[in-house]
Amino acid sequence: MRTCGLLGKLSIGVLLVGSLTVAQPAGAQVTFERLLNSAKEPQNWMTYSGDYTGKRFSALDQINLTNARSLVAKWVYQTGASGKLETTPLVVDGILYATAQDDRAFALDARTGRPIWMYQRQLPGDIRPCCGRVNRGLAILGDKVFLGTLDAHVIALDVKTGNVVWDVTAADYRTGHSFTVAPLVVKNLVVIGISGGEYGVRGFIDAYDAGTGERKWRFYTVPGPGEPGHDSWEGDSWKVGGAPAWNTGTYDATTNQIFWPTGNPSPSNRGEGRAGDNLYSNSLLALNADSGKLNWYFQFTKHDEHDWDATQVPVMIDTTSDAGGKHLIAQANRNGFFYVIDRASGKLVSATAYGKTTWSDTKDAEGRPIARPEASPTLEGHTVCPGALGTTNFMAPTYDSQTGLFYVTARDQCDIFSTAPQPYEAGHAFYGSAYFPSEEARPYLGFLKAIDPATGQIKWKFQHTSPTWSGVLSTAGGLVFSGDAEGNFIAFDAASGKPLWHFQMGGAVYAAPIAFAVDGKEYVAIAAGSAVYAFGLP
Amino acid sequence: MSRHFVSTQWCAAAAVSMLLGLAAFAADDRNPLAGDAKAAKAGEYEFRINCALCHGLGARGGGRGPDLTRAVKKHTHSDADMFQVISNGIPGTAMPANGTNGQGVGMTDEEIWQIITYIRSQEVKAPAKALGSANRGKVLFYGDANCSLCHMVDGKGGRLGPDLSAVGGSRTREAMIDSVRNPSRHLAWGLTESTKEFPQEYESVTVVTADGKEIKGVTLNEDSFSVQVMDTDEKIHLLEKDKLRSFQKSRQSAMPKYDADVLGDKDLEDILAYLTSAGAK
Repeated sequence: MRTCGLLGKLSIGVLLVGSLTVAQPAGAQVTFERLLNSAKEPQNWMTYSGDYTGKRFSALDQINLTNARSLVAKWVYQTGASGKLETTPLVVDGILYATAQDDRAFALDARTGRPIWMYQRQLPGDIRPCCGRVNRGLAILGDKVFLGTLDAHVIALDVKTGNVVWDVTAADYRTGHSFTVAPLVVKNLVVIGISGGEYGVRGFIDAYDAGTGERKWRFYTVPGPGEPGHDSWEGDSWKVGGAPAWNTGTYDATTNQIFWPTGNPSPSNRGEGRAGDNLYSNSLLALNADSGKLNWYFQFTKHDEHDWDATQVPVMIDTTSDAGGKHLIAQANRNGFFYVIDRASGKLVSATAYGKTTWSDTKDAEGRPIARPEASPTLEGHTVCPGALGTTNFMAPTYDSQTGLFYVTARDQCDIFSTAPQPYEAGHAFYGSAYFPSEEARPYLGFLKAIDPATGQIKWKFQHTSPTWSGVLSTAGGLVFSGDAEGNFIAFDAASGKPLWHFQMGGAVYAAPIAFAVDGKEYVAIAAGSAVYAFGLP
Repeated sequence: MSRHFVSTQWCAAAAVSMLLGLAAFAADDRNPLAGDAKAAKAGEYEFRINCALCHGLGARGGGRGPDLTRAVKKHTHSDADMFQVISNGIPGTAMPANGTNGQGVGMTDEEIWQIITYIRSQEVKAPAKALGSANRGKVLFYGDANCSLCHMVDGKGGRLGPDLSAVGGSRTREAMIDSVRNPSRHLAWGLTESTKEFPQEYESVTVVTADGKEIKGVTLNEDSFSVQVMDTDEKIHLLEKDKLRSFQKSRQSAMPKYDADVLGDKDLEDILAYLTSAGAK
């Protein structure tokens, strides 16, 4: 018996703002108060997920169910980068700030796409970030934007020129550390999590003074000797335990907590040698924003052997019901289950499969899916669903309080997982063997799924032609926007999943969409191929 | 502060040693790790992560890439050639440049040499002897076996199925036999788009257009809104899905199943011998 029936009606406190034009001169400074009250200025997109709750919902409704069919491309900005463009742009008072591969950053006139400044970091020749030389975006505060770099620095750029204001080293890139995540500004802190779960790094989340770059706190996601959770690692395995933190978290001002998710234990495909739960890998962490101290954690996949990083955006959802409201976090996890967690206690409310899963057929006393021993990788390899890339991955989801639905890009793909002993060697890939897409599980499918968080049920799904990596945006116009691997950008009816409009962008989508407005006109923007696109009404 | 100072010094020292190390590995035309058993073992790990998807565990090839245990390779002769191919890929084939597939972490120069050392350790020195007659296989391919109705070799033949000019050099014997005997088990890859994760496959398709015309063929490409089809007469149809009366895809290959009573083992060996000789060019 689950308690999800208590959720009742879901709602959020987004203030719908009729006017699109709260007057701000271009280049006005972003304060923490503005970030906290982002709902008051829906024309801007000032954080990775659009607000601190992680909903990726825009209160703009000029583009809506009645006119979405007439959307047209307004401009295209070619970044000149190759590989996967994963950026979520920010828009503040008419200027769009985004990133591209190899630590490019740029500011554009958001009405025309014309560049105002461009920055590209001179990276060392021997960096080896995982999964492409990608970056997922900037954070902004005051007169600076903040970028985590592929050589594991955190840098601040002048918001008007792109000049480097400060540059600090977080870790040594030679041991496999890098940043690909969009940082999150909370108060005067730039919060950022490290990548490197492929190299056996010891993961951490850092907070830097936005003014000076001085590091204010660090939370190691793998506890050291004497710390709680350290005994969840065998021997010295904690030293190379992974648990990176490479996707952007959320922030609850009422409790002053940052919710930040973590990734796989290292080596990803081999549990032998690291017996135990391997805390705090594949977990959601609730950290005090001022001190970085851990308030609570919830571990999604214990002792993971399938590379199922739990680094998906933890979306804050509040409910109202006769029994009183609930403050929850919803996460569509890479392991194929949709989790609802109580935000105050970190206790699990429900976990429901939302894609093809073969690794778990039972739950523990708390209701958490637990792995079948037979799902462990073998020397010769065998098929487990989902595959290592997961039912979802870094693609940003959205929650729309108008429909009460959580929308996420989901993949049905199974992999053959194999394991083999592998000694750790600093700076070398440390997987403990390999995984491949399983031929027997073809065809691999991709979906946009609308999940009811109250029940875990899938209300509708749209099947893409192939698995996709696109994030999702919902808007007050009754629309959901997402992309596909074939290069389409698509507007859906949020209630039914019916596609209303599409545009062929000529390159696969690995980024997430945003909405903004300038001069009273709403735009929807997304990166695809090697370019950033903006769409609007004719 | 002191910790910062120490770590800076350490970094500088590491940087110098790393640069020297890289220079030692990169500047060499010869494999600096040749014959080193420990390097071969390290290369085996790297091979599993980076190569085995197409080339198979043990480097014995798979349905997507050639058997690398063959001593004679099509694109590489020396270790230096192999280093270039692994680093830069092979244009026009599915072989990507190191670190460009967007997944995984890519390899250092040292790791590439380790992989080459591993591949060399797995090579079977005596080249596999063709079991059949290439000349007779060619006659069958263009004649009674009907292969050329849909497949091309060296510019001659049909267009509906994959061009087989290079298949003999890029697929294992087992993979080719499987494709003939069980064509639907692993559909062949078609168009590969540079930004897309998965290539198009040779799926069969049957559509009925708005005016009631039925078209049967294979998908050249497809997205959620359009499909590009080659029909059995090699006509290309550009279709919008929402304007079709029906659209049915199938993973049942358009190629008929050639089991032993349709194509005997001896005939199959002759055709394989022909494809192998064509693929070696």
